[in-house]
Parts: sequence; C-alpha cells; structure tokens
Amino acid sequence: MAVLPPFQRFLEDHRDDVWRFLVAAVGRTDADDCFQETFMAAMRAYPRLRSDSNLRAWVLTIAHRKALDTYRSRKRNAVPVEDVPEVAHHDPELRDGALWEQVRALPPKQRGAVMLRYAGDLSHGEIATALDCSEEAARRSLHEGLKKLRAAEVTA
Amino acid sequence: MTTPKRPPLDRDAARAAAARFAILAEPDVAYAIVDTPVGKVVAANTKRGLASLSYADHHGGIDRVLEALSAGISPRVLEAPARLDEVRRELDEYFEGHRRSFDLAIDLSLIKTPFSKRLLQATARIPFGETRTYRDMAAAAGNAAAVRAAGNALGHNPIPIVVPCHRVLRTGGNIGGYTGGLDRKVKLLATEGITLGRHDR
Repeated sequence: MAVLPPFQRFLEDHRDDVWRFLVAAVGRTDADDCFQETFMAAMRAYPRLRSDSNLRAWVLTIAHRKALDTYRSRKRNAVPVEDVPEVAHHDPELRDGALWEQVRALPPKQRGAVMLRYAGDLSHGEIATALDCSEEAARRSLHEGLKKLRAAEVTA
Repeated sequence: MTTPKRPPLDRDAARAAAARFAILAEPDVAYAIVDTPVGKVVAANTKRGLASLSYADHHGGIDRVLEALSAGISPRVLEAPARLDEVRRELDEYFEGHRRSFDLAIDLSLIKTPFSKRLLQATARIPFGETRTYRDMAAAAGNAAAVRAAGNALGHNPIPIVVPCHRVLRTGGNIGGYTGGLDRKVKLLATEGITLGRHDR
C-alpha cells in the first residue's frame, strides 16, 4: 500500500515547481509570502490526503488559489494615482518578463489556464481540476488566453 | 511568440523559501540528523517528547526512519534542527561525562503493543552505570516468561541511548544483542564505566 511521503520530502520534491509557478504568477516580491501560505495550507490538509493523490497537481492548485488571493488583495489595496507610470513594471528575473506581465493581465480563467499550463507544466486534465471546470472548458480558456497574447504581440 | 516558455528557476531562492517555511511551520514531528560519538542518529520530537533517536545506519536508513514516523505518528514531518537543541545538548553532556540521566520527555507513540511500551518505560528507569538482564526486564513489563519477546522489543527500541537498552545484558553477563550493533553497546557501556570480560562478548 502506498503511504504519503513525510512532509519534508514532499516539500523538497515540489518546492522548485511551486516557486517557479509563483514567481511567474505574482512576481518575485510576493512569491515568498504566497509560497509560505501555499505550504502552510498544504501541511494543514496533508494528513487527510489520499496516498495515491497527484501531489504535484495538488500543491500547484493550492499555489494557484494563493495567487488568486494576492490578485484580489492587490485590487482592494490599489490606490488610484494621477500620474500613471508609462513603463510597465517588469520582473527582471523572469525571461519574457513582459510576456508574463501580459499573462497576469488576462481575465482570471484564461490567466489561470495559461499559468498552470506554461509555468506549472500541468496537463489539461490537471488544469481542469485546478480551475474546477471541465477539461473542454480548460482547453478553451487556454486557447482564448493564447489568442489574446498573440494579438497583443502583433499590435505591440 | 508561439507559446510562453517555462520561466527559469532560481533554485537557491526556492531552497531559501523552503528553509524559511521549515523554521516557521509547526510540524507534528520535527527531526534533525545529530552526530554522536556512536554515530549519526535521527532525532525526532513530537509535542509530547522525544520519539526517535534511531541510528541512521540501522532501521533501513534515514528515509525508512522518517517513513516510520510519518506512518506511525503523523505525516507532518519536517527537518527543524532548532527544535532539537535540547536533545543535542543533553546528548553532548552525556557523552562528555557530565550527565548521568536525561531530563527529556519521551514519546513512545511508535510502540504499538502494551508489553513493549511497559518494557521500554521500565528500561528508561535503569540507572546510569547499572545493568539488568532480559529476564529482569520481561518481569518488569509484567511477563517474566517473555524473555525472547523482551529481547525483540529492546532490539526495536526507537529511542536508544536515552531509553538505555544498552544496559540490558544476558543472564550471566553475556552482552546479548543491540539495536545499533554490538560495538555501540560496548562503547555506551564503557561510557558509563562498565567493561565486559572478553568471554562475555
């Protein structure tokens, strides 16, 4: 019978994937808080998890939800400013930094699908589970998101 | 652009974030690999006390010890050396000859049978520098006839040194067995001033 690995091993096995996903999803500055909250939530729920669960998809789903919380709190805390800086803030550590900025600006479902696919490397089925939608809907969100990114690229 | 490329990974940053997590989190089982004069041990604490001091090269190795803690106590197992400072300090004092008994609380959650539990509790009370026989310990655990079972249970002691199963010898003074190999038993007994004649080994 399969048993859950000790949490220390789970942390070591998935910390890189979660970190990479979160730097893309919320940027380097907020990635650490999201990372801590992701693994805190994972550790709370961990003993109730079935031992045959897909642990990687599970922890990236939690990371995705923590990223959503970050977007929401940014929206709440956003202060309107009169002089909007003309240059968008890019994450210097991120290759294609500008591109990931555009991904972050997509509507939630599309953003989630693109992030989980390309920063999280999840399958369509795993993305569907993470977004709580059908696999067909996940594919559609991904397709729509990519279409929008390409359109932005053409006009840029 | 065809599709976004997977972002690069700053592995050091990921490792640092995981290390911060291990410091802040409150696991059910905190462990550290501790060096002692009788080799590396996997020291593990629960909220109730010391649950493991298994020799890292016995019991199937470190991974197997962690799996036993995960399955037997809780899978919330994290490496958190700072939570084992007290254990490390008392072990150092013991091996330096400055400590004759341990003040650490012990947690026998890994032990599932009442006989083994009673046996190890009785073993924990054998004073420094004294020895008992397997027969003594079987009797202390409530079944004088269960000598072989007593030897077995002591051989699976998850908290050697602190639960001093090295102080249990065969009737007649023969050294018997040991959970971490006989060389360790001889060394631990010598630490406490007990030397066995050559015919006793």
